[in-house]
Amino acid sequence: MTVLAERQAVHDDHSEHHEGPTGLLKWMTSTDHKVIGMNYMVTSLVMFFLAGLMALAIRYQLLSPGGGIAGHGLSNQQFNELFTMHGSLMLYLFAGPFAFGGLANYILPLQIGAPDMAFPRLNALSYWLYLSGSITMMLGFLTAGGAAAFGWVGYAPLSEPTFSPGAGPDLWILAIALTGFSAIFTAVNLVTTTFYLRVPGLTMFRLPLFTWGMLVTAILILIAFPILTAAMVFLFADRHFGTHVYTVAGGGVPVLYQNLFWFFGHPEVYILALPYFGIVSEIIPVFSKKPMFGYKGMVFATMAIGALSTGVWAHHMFTTGTVLLPFFSLLSLLIAVPTGIKFFNWIGTMWRGQIHFAVPMLFCVGFLFAFLMGGLTGIMLAAPPIDFATHDTYFVVAHFHQVLFGTAVFAGFAGFYYWYPKFTGRMLREGLGKLHFWLMFLGFWLTFMPQYKLGLEGMPRRVATYVPGLGWQFLNELSTIGALIIASSFAVMLINLWVSWRSPVAAGDNPWDGHTLEWFATSPPVHHNFERLPPVRSERPVWDFHHPDAIALSHSNGNGNGNGKVRQPITVGSGSDGEPE
Amino acid sequence: MTAPTTGSTGAAALKRHPRRLALIAAISLPVVLGGCQLPTFQGYRGSTHQGHDEFLLYAGTFIAAIVVGVITAALIIWSIVRYRHRSDQIPRQFQYHFGLEIAYTIIPVVIVLILFGFTVWTENNVDNVAAHPAQIIDVNAFQWGWQFNYADKHVSVEGETLSDPDPIGLNGVGCAPANHCYGPGLVVPAGETVRIYLRSKDTVHGFYVPEFNFSRYAQPGVLNTFDLTVQHVGVYRAQCTQFCGLYHSEMFFHVVALPPAQFQAWLSSQQSATVAAKRSSSSATSGSSATSGSSAASAGTAAAVRHRSTSTREAAA
Ligand SMILES: [Cu+2]
Repeated sequence: MTVLAERQAVHDDHSEHHEGPTGLLKWMTSTDHKVIGMNYMVTSLVMFFLAGLMALAIRYQLLSPGGGIAGHGLSNQQFNELFTMHGSLMLYLFAGPFAFGGLANYILPLQIGAPDMAFPRLNALSYWLYLSGSITMMLGFLTAGGAAAFGWVGYAPLSEPTFSPGAGPDLWILAIALTGFSAIFTAVNLVTTTFYLRVPGLTMFRLPLFTWGMLVTAILILIAFPILTAAMVFLFADRHFGTHVYTVAGGGVPVLYQNLFWFFGHPEVYILALPYFGIVSEIIPVFSKKPMFGYKGMVFATMAIGALSTGVWAHHMFTTGTVLLPFFSLLSLLIAVPTGIKFFNWIGTMWRGQIHFAVPMLFCVGFLFAFLMGGLTGIMLAAPPIDFATHDTYFVVAHFHQVLFGTAVFAGFAGFYYWYPKFTGRMLREGLGKLHFWLMFLGFWLTFMPQYKLGLEGMPRRVATYVPGLGWQFLNELSTIGALIIASSFAVMLINLWVSWRSPVAAGDNPWDGHTLEWFATSPPVHHNFERLPPVRSERPVWDFHHPDAIALSHSNGNGNGNGKVRQPITVGSGSDGEPE
Repeated sequence: MTAPTTGSTGAAALKRHPRRLALIAAISLPVVLGGCQLPTFQGYRGSTHQGHDEFLLYAGTFIAAIVVGVITAALIIWSIVRYRHRSDQIPRQFQYHFGLEIAYTIIPVVIVLILFGFTVWTENNVDNVAAHPAQIIDVNAFQWGWQFNYADKHVSVEGETLSDPDPIGLNGVGCAPANHCYGPGLVVPAGETVRIYLRSKDTVHGFYVPEFNFSRYAQPGVLNTFDLTVQHVGVYRAQCTQFCGLYHSEMFFHVVALPPAQFQAWLSSQQSATVAAKRSSSSATSGSSATSGSSAASAGTAAAVRHRSTSTREAAA
C-alpha cells in the first residue's frame, strides 16, 4: 500500500516529463525502460544480422578446401577476423544484450507491475555504454591491421602484442570492458527492481518464470562480468603498460587468462541460456492453456543451474592438462539434472493441454528439439576423455551452436513474436511467421548436423582451409546450404515486419490470453505502465482474473480463491494494495 | 576380433540359474562392447590403446544419449500431436505431481553418476603414464610447425606448415595417402609405449591426432606429459587444433608408426645423418633440420598451399 502511494507521489511530481521530446530525441534522451528496451533490441538485432552476414562469409569460404568458389576465397587474415567478430558480436553484443538489455528491460518491470526500472538513469547509461562498446568493436575493421583475429575468447599469449599487434585488438578489449560495465549496471538494476518494485501480492514464489530467469541471470552477471573486465584490464596492461601478467618471459602465467576467461565464460553460457529458458517457460503454458507444470521445481532448477554454472569453468580446459578432471566433470554432468527437470516440466505443461501452435509456440517446440540435441552432446563433452577426442573440433562447434541457436535464436525469436504485439500494439502475420519458423528449422538441422560428423573425423574449428580428399567438402557444402536457408528465413522475418508495419492489424491488450501482468497493460503500455492491476494470488494473475473458475489445482495453495472479488481490478494509486486478505 | 562369449561354462547349468545368466550378461556387456562388432557411431575406434578406451566410453555414452534422446523426443512429439488444440474447453489445471517430479530428479542423478564412474575409469586409463616407456619424445609446437626431439638419440625432426610431406620417405617407407602426410612426421614404434613431453615455444597450440581420439594443449610455461601406444603400423594425419594465429589452418603434422626394428633403424640412420651434418658444419638455416631439410615441399595437391609464401615468417615477426 505504502509503496504504491509513494510511487504515485513520485509519479505526480514529474508528470511534466510525460510531454517529453518525441521522435529521435525521445529515443536518445529517454529513461523509460520501454524506450531503452526497444533501443537495446534494435541495436542487438542489428548486431545479430551483421554477425549472421559474417557467418555467411565464413560458410562461403569453407565451401571448398581451397576456399570459396573457383578459388575466390578469403585470405587467412580476413577469415580469422571474420570468425573472431562473428563470435564476439553474437555472444557479447547480441545474445546477452538482447535478453537482459532488450527483453528483460521491457518486460520485467511490466511482469512485476512496476512503473519503471529501479534506476532509470543508470539504465540509460547501460544502453549508451553498450552502444559505444558495439561501435568500438566494429571500428576494428577500419584500423590498418584489421579487427581482432584471435577468436572470441582472445586467449593469451596470442592476444599479447607480440602476436597480435595493432589497434584492432585494443578496440576489441575496450569494447568488452564497455559492454561488461553495461551488463553489470543492467544486472544491478534488474536485481534491485525485482527485489523492491514488485506489486503487493507478488511474492517471490509467484514471480513469472521469465523474471526468475532474469533474476538468476543478473546475479550470474554480477559474479562473472567483473572477472572478465579484470582479465581485460590485465591484458590491456600487458599490451601497453609493460606488465607481464600473461607472458612467460616476464614471469607471468598464460593459463591464468584461460581460468579468468572461463570463470566468466561458463556462467556466461547460462547468462545466455536462463533468460531464454524463462521465455519458453512463459510461452508454453500460455499456448497450452495450463499453468506451468512443477513451477516451484522450475524455480529451484533455475537456481541450481545458476549455482552449478559457477563451478564448471574448467570443462573448457580439459585438454590443458592443468585442471582437476573429475571435479569439473562431475559438476558439469550434474547440470544435466536441473536441465532435465526443466525439460520434463515443459513436457508436463503441454501434457493434456489444448496446444495452440501460434508462431511463438512453434519456435518453442523448435527450441525443445534443438536444445535436446545440443544438451545431449553437451553431456558427452562433459566426459574429459570424449572431450580429448573432440576438443576444438567441429563437434564442439556443432554442439554450442545447437545450444546457443536453440536458446538465443529459437527461444529468442519465440519471445520476439510473443511480445511484439505488446511492444507495438500490432500483430505480426502468422503465415509469414510460420514460413520463417519452418525455413529456420530446416536450415538449422542442415547447417549443424554435418558439423558433428566433421568434428568426429577431426576437422578443427577456426580453420580457413581443410584437407582435401577426406570427404569433408560435401559435408561443408551441406552446412553452407543450411546457413543460406537460415539467412532466407530471416529475410522472411524482415518482410513480415515490413508488411505488419505498412498494414497494421491491431493486437489488443491480451491477444494470446496471457498469464502474467504485462498482458494487463495496454499495447503498447502507457508511460508508467499501469492504470490498474489485478490482484495477485498466483504466478498467473491475469489468467486468474479472466478465468476465475480455472484456478490452478495445487497441493499447497491456489484453491478457494475463485470468488467474485478476483474480478475487481485495482486502480494504481487509489489506495488499494491488491492484497485483500 | 570377435566379441568373447561366455565360453566353456555349462550352458545347461546357466539355464537352471537365470539370475546368474543375467549377471554374466551384465558383466560381459562392456567386454562385448569392446569387441570389433560394435559400430563406430561415426567416430574412430582409436588406433592407440588410450584412444580405444576413449572409444568405448564414447560408444557407451552415445548409446545412452540415443536412448534418452529418443524417449524425450517421443514424449515431445506425443504431446504436440496428441494434445494439439481440439476444443475451446479449458483443460484441467493440474500443476504438481510430487512423485513424478522426484522420479525425474533422481533418475538423471543415477544416470549421471554411472556415467561419471565410467568417465573416471576411462580418463585414468587414458592419462596413465608407464614407468618405462620405450621411447621418450619431446614435442615442441611453434607458430606454425612442430619439432620432435628424440633427445637420448640426438635426433630431431622439424617442419613447418605444409612443407616436408614425407620426412621419412628417404628411408624406404613411403608415406601414403598424400593427404595424410602434411607437415613433419612424428615417428614412433608400433605396439610400444611412447612418452610425449609436450611444450609450446610461443602461443597455445593443440596436439591432435583424430584417429587416436586424443588432443592436448601445448602451452608456454606448461609441460604436458602423456603416453601413446599405437597399436598398428601406419600413417595418421594430425594437426594443431587450438587457434594460434595466421597459419593455424595449415599447422599439420603426421604420426608414422613403424615396426620396432624399422623404427630403431630409422633412428640410427637419422643419428648418423645428424652427426654428418654437424661434422661438415653446414649452414643449417631457419626452419630446417637434419631430416626436414632434405625433402622438398611437394604438396602441390593441397589447395591450401596457395596461402604459403615466403613472407610468412615476416608476418609472424
Ligand atoms: Cu597451432
